[in-house]
Amino acid sequence: MAGVAVSTTINGDAVEYLCQPDETLLDVLRDRLGLTGAKEGCGTGDCGACSVIVDGRLVCSCLVLGAEAEGRKVETIEGMAHGDQLHPLQQKFLEHAALQCGICTPGFLIAAKDLLEKNPSPTEEEIRFGLAGNLCRCTGYDKIVRAVEDAANVMKGA
Amino acid sequence: MNFDPRYSGRNFSSVGTRPIRPDGVDKVTGRARYGADFNMAGQLVGRVLRSPHAHAIIKKIDTSKAEKLAGVKAVITAKDLPDLTDGDAAMYDILDNSMARKKALYDGHAVAAVAAIDARIARQALKLIEVDYEVLPHVTDVDEAAQHHAPLINDQVFTEGLEEKPAKPSNVTKRTQFGHGDVHKGFAEADFVVERSFKTEQTHQGYIEPHACVASVNPDGTAELWVCTQGHFVYRQHCAQLLGLEASKLRVTSSEIGGGFGGKTHVWAEPVALALSRKAGRPVKLVMTRDEVFRASGPTSATSIDVRIGARKDGTITAAEATLRYSCGPYAGSWAEIGAMTAFACYRLENVKTVGYEVLVNRPKTAAYRAPSAPMAAFAVESSIDELAKELGMDAVDFRIKNAAQEGTRASYGPVYGPIGIGPTLEAVKKHPHMKAPLKANQGRGMACGFWFNFGGQTCTDLNIGMDGTVSLAVGTVDVGGSRASLSLVAAEELGIDYGNVKAIVADTSSLGYNDMTDGSRGTFSSSMATISAARNAIKILKDRAAQMWDIPVEDVTWEKGHAIAKGEKYGNLSPLSLKDIAAKSGTTGGPIAGHSELVADGAGVSFATHICDIEVDPETGATRVIRYTVVQDAGKAVHPTYVEGQYQGGAAQGIGWALNEEYIYGKDGRLQNAGFLDYRIPVCSDLPMIDTQILEIPNPNHPYGVRGVGETSIVPPLAAIANAVSNAVGVRMTHIPMSPPRILAALEAEREG
Repeated sequence: MAGVAVSTTINGDAVEYLCQPDETLLDVLRDRLGLTGAKEGCGTGDCGACSVIVDGRLVCSCLVLGAEAEGRKVETIEGMAHGDQLHPLQQKFLEHAALQCGICTPGFLIAAKDLLEKNPSPTEEEIRFGLAGNLCRCTGYDKIVRAVEDAANVMKGA
Repeated sequence: MNFDPRYSGRNFSSVGTRPIRPDGVDKVTGRARYGADFNMAGQLVGRVLRSPHAHAIIKKIDTSKAEKLAGVKAVITAKDLPDLTDGDAAMYDILDNSMARKKALYDGHAVAAVAAIDARIARQALKLIEVDYEVLPHVTDVDEAAQHHAPLINDQVFTEGLEEKPAKPSNVTKRTQFGHGDVHKGFAEADFVVERSFKTEQTHQGYIEPHACVASVNPDGTAELWVCTQGHFVYRQHCAQLLGLEASKLRVTSSEIGGGFGGKTHVWAEPVALALSRKAGRPVKLVMTRDEVFRASGPTSATSIDVRIGARKDGTITAAEATLRYSCGPYAGSWAEIGAMTAFACYRLENVKTVGYEVLVNRPKTAAYRAPSAPMAAFAVESSIDELAKELGMDAVDFRIKNAAQEGTRASYGPVYGPIGIGPTLEAVKKHPHMKAPLKANQGRGMACGFWFNFGGQTCTDLNIGMDGTVSLAVGTVDVGGSRASLSLVAAEELGIDYGNVKAIVADTSSLGYNDMTDGSRGTFSSSMATISAARNAIKILKDRAAQMWDIPVEDVTWEKGHAIAKGEKYGNLSPLSLKDIAAKSGTTGGPIAGHSELVADGAGVSFATHICDIEVDPETGATRVIRYTVVQDAGKAVHPTYVEGQYQGGAAQGIGWALNEEYIYGKDGRLQNAGFLDYRIPVCSDLPMIDTQILEIPNPNHPYGVRGVGETSIVPPLAAIANAVSNAVGVRMTHIPMSPPRILAALEAEREG
């Protein structure tokens, strides 16, 4: 099968790659570009571990084709910190111990970033429904919700 | 190691604080490397062909077409994994489960595997493998499988544990019995007797990371395995034995692990990946899909349990009895045995008897899931305890307090308890504001208790002090939820230095002596014991070096708060030497400074918890909602309280999913119908409230700081606590888990029809 040539922007950098027409964006990120921060928990869009933002929209990268990234702007977990400065969500996830095994954490951080960009002052219920597309099996979500609440407060004050 | 009573009155400097974990930044930036995040040069993609049948003889496998496909580098079947188990029945089962030898025993059982240059070719190759099956009758239900007329899964199995060896084979592999006293006498003394039967459905641990490994077998007989596992030393032993490798030549590195909860304590695809690599002569990466994880890893038992409990009018339990049937999948297990041991462990009973039956079914091989087997037994017993309290007209908490086990009580499974937390957790629940909060219409409150043994096991730790005075701690217990933070705290505490100067890592199998896996809530308990011991060994050397630096006898040196101190007035002019001062001079005082420890961490203190929850039930639809949830549990000593809370909350959330929603659904054809997160729905963020926690600290007499394992007990009470809450909300006793909307509606309807 002939490859598809794709020009896209990932975390602000111009990136070009060849991928198969049936290859997912998640597989491209992980296997072709070495961006393994997005995880495959299910491959069917049910767990959110592969969440990335494409042109400002939160998506499961396992449900997007690599070819569809042509001409778009993709944000992944690898681009969330600015140099050695962690994003407030990353810092608050650490402080609140909002992760145990950490496999869902990149997806949660991307989804929470998207949530706070659209709703800087979410209620607990809005956080819970905003993050309902991401599965965590370790924490029971309590500390994740608190970390997002705390990060929202810090970001409003910034 | 015994509890040091000086510690109970002491203020800890590091233990009990809540610093950021050493592996944290890697995990929030996406840099942490899990099972599927590792690659090797020349690596191939492995894929497994699985049986679509629940029970079938494999008559013939033709791999010739697959082998001819361009890009395919190896195809294997059971022939490529010859039986080297030498009469070890448990290892033979693991081998047969990795790759079916004569029969496919469940939907999803591996029958062949390929390694190819990419995933697309590997998938095509699987389609070219032709398997000729003779389909056999199957059985997936635990009660049906135990019947005499059920399809026989293994005709070599004769029930063990009966007085006489049975004449005919059976799906019941073993009968076990526990207890003491005379239950007939006890029931004769009872004024009230409650007798109920319960069922629970099969659930999965639901770790978000599928099983994944990279295997590389070299031409010189050495091999490497990178794998997400709860126990890399155990995986090394299993894989080496099954592949005929020398253990010392197989180096296993545990990746970061994306959840395990007991499900990553057995090898599944790892021997297959190694066999593929050996045949192809190249490294092979093998990652399960989510569908494969559900169909072919190790879910829990489904159970069927009968309980009978009697009490006098004054609320004293006079007798308790339970019969527990647990499914094991198609291979023998000891799951009902554990259920039978834990069932009545919370209570002080004169007459108690439990009988367990292990039952083979055409489902995947059962694996451990967080306090394995205990939640189902607790569901049956704690539901019955609530019913009995109602009959007696007693408060559910008071009834439990009156009968709770204490220090000196002989446990129903044999041993005599030391200091334990069941009474204190119940007293804390009785006083908790949650118990007095008002309830609205259609809401019910439930509470329940839970027990888990905890485990210690073989443990080995290295503590190396760098010349800059920082400490590298190498442990062999895989970190499943923050133990590198808690073990760094323990090293800092014992040495008397800052937490920031210690960094714990998990060492691979070639870098450290053998360690049992992270199971039985042993990670922090056992490795902290080994860390304390290693630190004390390092302190001996530090004191010796300080004595050299001062040129005084080592007997005159003590260690306090991270410093060597010269004792006595005659040394008044000698300033204390810090660990950093001594480390800086180590090159000229005898070389590197390190402490090692190898031990069997005996004396893991038993663990108890009591949970409270409020549930709202919609009587029109049967839908449920958790309104409020509280966990009270004894931690012995909470080393990193935030991660202890996390264990309490996580276990409760898994228990909530099990109680209300999660179940394996098999069709009449014996195929799993919901092998994905869409249809096997684990709790999401919007399903749950905050989960409140209260940590009690009743020191474990067998640990220097009093630490007990905390990981598992939190999943034991929820099934029962929620069942009691739902039953109180709807006025009907719920006896079948999960309490999904259709089951609640059916129970309400049955009640209406009388």
